[in-house]
Amino acid sequence: MPQRFTFHPRDLTRSLAATAAVTALALTSACGSRAGEETAAAESCVDTSGDTVKVGALNSLSGTMSISETTVRDAIYLAVDEINAAGGVQGKQIEIVAEDGASEPTVFAEKAEKLIREDCVAAVFGGWTSASRKAMLPVFEDNDSLLYYPVQYEGLEASENIFYTGATTNQQIIPALDYLAETGVKSLYLVGSDYVFPRTANAIINAYAADKGIEIVGEDYAQLGSVEFSTIVNQVSASGADAVFNTLNGDSNVAFFREYANVGLTAEQMPVMSVSIAEEEVGGIGIENIEGQLAAWNYYQTIESPANTTFVDAFKAEYGADRVTSDPMEAAYNSVYLWAATAEKAGSFDVADIQASADGVSFESPEGTVVIDGENHHVTKTARIGEIRADGLLYTVWESAGAIEPDPFLEGYEWAADLQVSE
Amino acid sequence: MSRFFATRAGVWSGFGAAALVLFGAAPLLLSGFRLGLLAQFLCYAIVAVGIGLAWGRGGMLTLGQGVFFGMGAYLMAMHMKMADAEFRNGHGAVPDFMELAGIRELPAYWVPFASPVFTIAMILVLPTGFAVLLGFAVFKRRVKGAYFAILSQALAGAFAILLIGQQSMGGFNGLSRFRYFFGYNLDDAVNQQMLYFIAAGVLLVVVAVALQLRRSRYGELLVAVRDAEERVRFLGYDAANIKVVAYAAAALFAAVAGAIFVPVVGIISPASIGIVPSIMFILGVAIGGRASLVGPVVGALAVAWAQTALSEQFPSAWTYAQGLLFIVVIALLPGGIASVAALTKRFQAKSATVEAAA
Repeated sequence: MPQRFTFHPRDLTRSLAATAAVTALALTSACGSRAGEETAAAESCVDTSGDTVKVGALNSLSGTMSISETTVRDAIYLAVDEINAAGGVQGKQIEIVAEDGASEPTVFAEKAEKLIREDCVAAVFGGWTSASRKAMLPVFEDNDSLLYYPVQYEGLEASENIFYTGATTNQQIIPALDYLAETGVKSLYLVGSDYVFPRTANAIINAYAADKGIEIVGEDYAQLGSVEFSTIVNQVSASGADAVFNTLNGDSNVAFFREYANVGLTAEQMPVMSVSIAEEEVGGIGIENIEGQLAAWNYYQTIESPANTTFVDAFKAEYGADRVTSDPMEAAYNSVYLWAATAEKAGSFDVADIQASADGVSFESPEGTVVIDGENHHVTKTARIGEIRADGLLYTVWESAGAIEPDPFLEGYEWAADLQVSE
Repeated sequence: MSRFFATRAGVWSGFGAAALVLFGAAPLLLSGFRLGLLAQFLCYAIVAVGIGLAWGRGGMLTLGQGVFFGMGAYLMAMHMKMADAEFRNGHGAVPDFMELAGIRELPAYWVPFASPVFTIAMILVLPTGFAVLLGFAVFKRRVKGAYFAILSQALAGAFAILLIGQQSMGGFNGLSRFRYFFGYNLDDAVNQQMLYFIAAGVLLVVVAVALQLRRSRYGELLVAVRDAEERVRFLGYDAANIKVVAYAAAALFAAVAGAIFVPVVGIISPASIGIVPSIMFILGVAIGGRASLVGPVVGALAVAWAQTALSEQFPSAWTYAQGLLFIVVIALLPGGIASVAALTKRFQAKSATVEAAA
């Protein structure tokens, strides 16, 4: 056996010097533009010369968000199938490239970039959490591509490269407050998960309440995923508030409503207005714990309109009679149709042409007519308060007078002046 | 073959080959997007080299490298957000995400991160210093084995929870939307390639440092502590000191990897630094072969590559395929991918004897 060689410190110095030299050589040959200089725009590789046009579907198919996001994926596929059956967009069949966001922001960013740069898709549909949207936003801006984001969110954002087909705050939270004020609510207790959406929502609620003379008697945040609510529910119970505004997310809702029912609180005594509970979630919480409580959305499965009947029937025919349709699913379904309609109007799949033609593009959607606002890339939406009934579905008990124009920065509300941010 | 790599010429040719692949072949063959992904994977590999040292050589099952990775990443992200705000709205401006969270005044602890020098110093010192303090507290009390593993994992969980609650650190969403890396535009393809070269260079440096530590007298002591801590102590060495060095080196590597990860990937959030990512770091090392030098690097790259390739191929079923892969590798190759060479050699020797007998 040969003498075992020991790596001498001299070898380390040498190898470090060699690596440094190689790296430095590589770096000097590769220094791009600096801050303030214009970067050459990335060349789009989208090719629509054939019979098909590729789009991406980027939803979490694994991880904690998969339960919600797979329903959105189903709705995207349904819309694409329908459009293809009707002849496609500009005569081209839509081809979906699916990717898994895996409930992780970094994966969303990676897959978005892959869809744009490797698969050369014309647009991407998907995302759910604000974290996933924030992670994808720079990818779509840097590569100048398009994302259609289908979930209600906290507002204060308007990217050229994103179309927001879910509600912004003035189409969901403010109407919910209007409804509560109309029904005579004078004091509110705020319960939310500890992240940006509930924090922003509650900042808006506080400003609204200060302006309208509603008292905020408590404001509590639970860790995301927390299932221990006895303390919070006891405080809510003792507060004597007229109503609770609930911005909890995910599993926390199950624990919260069970505890709420356990201490004997009912919808008659102290109604809970929720903004993250839709048809899908009611089953998990248990109808006995949540019957009679309120939710604020733009769409319910029970809306009576020809467009909705068609949508619900088609969805059940495709995925099973036991499945339900919800607001984010409908917004995702709309987003595909809105993109297709914009492309038809523009006569092109080019990002710049879509952006230029988007203003005023409309779709007769299950929730009613939705129209794209070309300035902020949101859509008009009718706000609806729903009551959860014994069959597990939500029924509209109040709706806004017509569709509400999107105002993501709340510029049209004087009381919200302190909440505004520089764009 | 393994004997050749134990010689001086072998080591140098190994480095040469690695440099040729990383600096020559990869940029030529891969698209910009794939090269960016490789840069991300190289960051994981840098973390893995540290784990190989602490766990493979030192026997410390560090289930919480996400803490150090996260520290490095967040420190770098703070500087990049500051630089971004300063470039857009002047000196002392509040980063965009803080405005969204309703924070109008820049918190005092953010201010010094406007300086690139201060930031780099912090990335090198803060996580390492924390590891030294923690290491002394833990190893002097002779906490080891499962207890140390649980402690380090709990730390990763706690760190992620702590950050989720800090709106001034981006909370659950984390920090994203970076535009510049020390003055260079991040949306420029040339600069993205530059980041890849930095990641590749750092990986080679880190491997060289790890090699030096392994081959030195210290490396022998570290293995001795791993295999028979009591005996080393009877010989008059303080085992805690020996362990702290490896633990701190692993922390430093992870922090540097985190700092490069941020400009490469463009986002850092608690989801990238908590318990699950920490376990993924360990998994790569286990798959690659924890005790060997290149095993952890190969393992980290293989796991990350498999995850990407499988999820692109089977978006809704890739987690099963990945799980199966882990089980197969661990069951058939307990020594990791690095043990394949040894196994084939044994197989060849065996068939040679069989032939000779026949």
